[in-house]
Amino acid sequence: MAESIQYKRGKVPHKREHRMIFRNIDRVGWDPSLATYESDGGYAMARKALAMDPAQVTEEVKASGLRGRGGAGFPTGVKWTFIPPANTKPVYLICNCDESEPGTFKDRYIVHQDPHQLLEGMIISSYAVGAHIAYIYIREEFPEGAVILEQAIAEAKEKGYLGKGIFDSSFDLEIYVHRGAGAYICGEETGLIESLEGKRPYPRIKPPYFPAALGLYMCPTIVNNVESLCHVKHILEMGGEQYAKLGTPRNTGTRILCVSGDVRKPGYFEVEVGTVTLGELIHDLCGGLHDGRTLKAVIPGGSSAKVLRADERFNIRQGDEQVEIGIEDIPMDFDTLMACGSMAGSGGVIVMDDSRSMSWVINNINHFYAHESCGQCTPCREGSLWMQKITDRIVAGTASPDDVDTLKSVADNIEGKTICAFGEAASWPVQSFIDKFRDELVADTDPKNAGKFVAPEGMLAAVGLK
Amino acid sequence: MDLPEELLAKIDEVITHYPESKRSATLPLLHLLQRQFGFITTESVEWIAQKLELEPINVLELVTFYPGFRQSAPGKYHIRVCRTLSCAMAGSEELMESLCREAGIDRSGVTHHDPIAVGKDGKFSIEFAECLASCGTGPVCLVNDDFHEAVAPQDASKLLNKYK
Repeated sequence: MAESIQYKRGKVPHKREHRMIFRNIDRVGWDPSLATYESDGGYAMARKALAMDPAQVTEEVKASGLRGRGGAGFPTGVKWTFIPPANTKPVYLICNCDESEPGTFKDRYIVHQDPHQLLEGMIISSYAVGAHIAYIYIREEFPEGAVILEQAIAEAKEKGYLGKGIFDSSFDLEIYVHRGAGAYICGEETGLIESLEGKRPYPRIKPPYFPAALGLYMCPTIVNNVESLCHVKHILEMGGEQYAKLGTPRNTGTRILCVSGDVRKPGYFEVEVGTVTLGELIHDLCGGLHDGRTLKAVIPGGSSAKVLRADERFNIRQGDEQVEIGIEDIPMDFDTLMACGSMAGSGGVIVMDDSRSMSWVINNINHFYAHESCGQCTPCREGSLWMQKITDRIVAGTASPDDVDTLKSVADNIEGKTICAFGEAASWPVQSFIDKFRDELVADTDPKNAGKFVAPEGMLAAVGLK
Repeated sequence: MDLPEELLAKIDEVITHYPESKRSATLPLLHLLQRQFGFITTESVEWIAQKLELEPINVLELVTFYPGFRQSAPGKYHIRVCRTLSCAMAGSEELMESLCREAGIDRSGVTHHDPIAVGKDGKFSIEFAECLASCGTGPVCLVNDDFHEAVAPQDASKLLNKYK
């Protein structure tokens, strides 16, 4: 990182960080204008890309090993090559800026503070995949972000960086901002596409509706997360091979980890993937737990990721060896978290200490998924609400001891039985909380504990319990 | 339905963003008309349907699906408090209670299908929103388009005073 960059007081990056995407976040003297972005070397990579063969750009992204930062961790460059080679239809690029996985708050800062970085990433990516129209699907709850992006687009258009023949090349590109309307399901790429078509965002079934072949208006469509698109710029700057040296093999580059919950200094940290363990993240980067508290549980990759219990042990492969590690030894990469039975997901880490009731936590999560199920598939539509009702009873002290088994059975009957991955997103938290905290949940169903929890008025009224 | 010239021009411009299908402009048009009238009226649904050559149900089914659209008038200032895990752990339920107390709003009639409570004087209305994506600075809320971070429940009146 250049020595000359100064960050605002209290916002100085931790020494373990490697700021690339977040280089300009909280930077002194930085603003979201095009002039500022250009004075810092902005748009040089877009110019470079336009002088390359589009296939060459894709090759660099493939060589970088970049895995999607939205949740699934699918290799970005490989996704791009899924566009049918014989395609004659228009190709669309969509930036998924529907950031709404609980625990995740990274795209917000890119959009609000460094919008041109995103536009440059989109220009390069659109060129690589052959898209002449690109949409930024931004969640409605970022009203200021939408205005900032629209201003940035207007500035870029004025300069000839968007529109006809961008950067004096023969390549045309328009980018439009499209605001969502408060539905989490629009983060699912086929739901997003339906929403962009002006319909209810009911996800499409795959196969056949893989967006790269049959996406927006049944045309090839590439949907990438905000952070992933920003990485493309840096891959071009460094070269794919060099970029791949960041992080660890198969888990390359940097990624932004967002930490919230029971730590002293919650926040965002851009680190090389897999170079920081969960323990270092909590105790070193986030300043540790609050006084007198001990770690109870961590959700490592957004609320859909399975919860990890503080005293769990995991058997994982490290190099050629099989080793046993504890929760704090887990390197925060895609593969290890998967080997530990959870996932790196969207990078949202939620830390819970011993003051937290697991019944209360899973009930909060269940309310989220019950509210956000789109209602297309019966197991999810009915099941997510049943799960919420059961944990409502547990926190209200009106449950029966076998309610925990019923809860488990509902979750098991959603997983794998729905059109999109929302079914898993809703059932994995429940399955894992029961798996790891069954005794606590069962104890909370004891009538003796009735009244131990005070659930909010609105929540209980909504399900007829109050 | 009478709409100002400027808004009509904006609507026509927005439709050009979707050369492949005018139907894609439904969401943007709903946003523009909700901003104009505060909520989505039956007339707005019919007007959009006609403008985009759709059936009114194609528009209405979006209004009833998306939490971002309302079918009744909110307060002058509409507050959305994040309810989801990290904010709840940081005290969003307490924040909701104190905001309601300070603004004189009764949330007892709130249901899943009718989530907004409006104060008697119509100045403020409030609802819980799901994750506003600022989990590191909870509890957070939106007041109209203004975003507020780390709002301690005891600071509810200070927040409301900014809008008096």
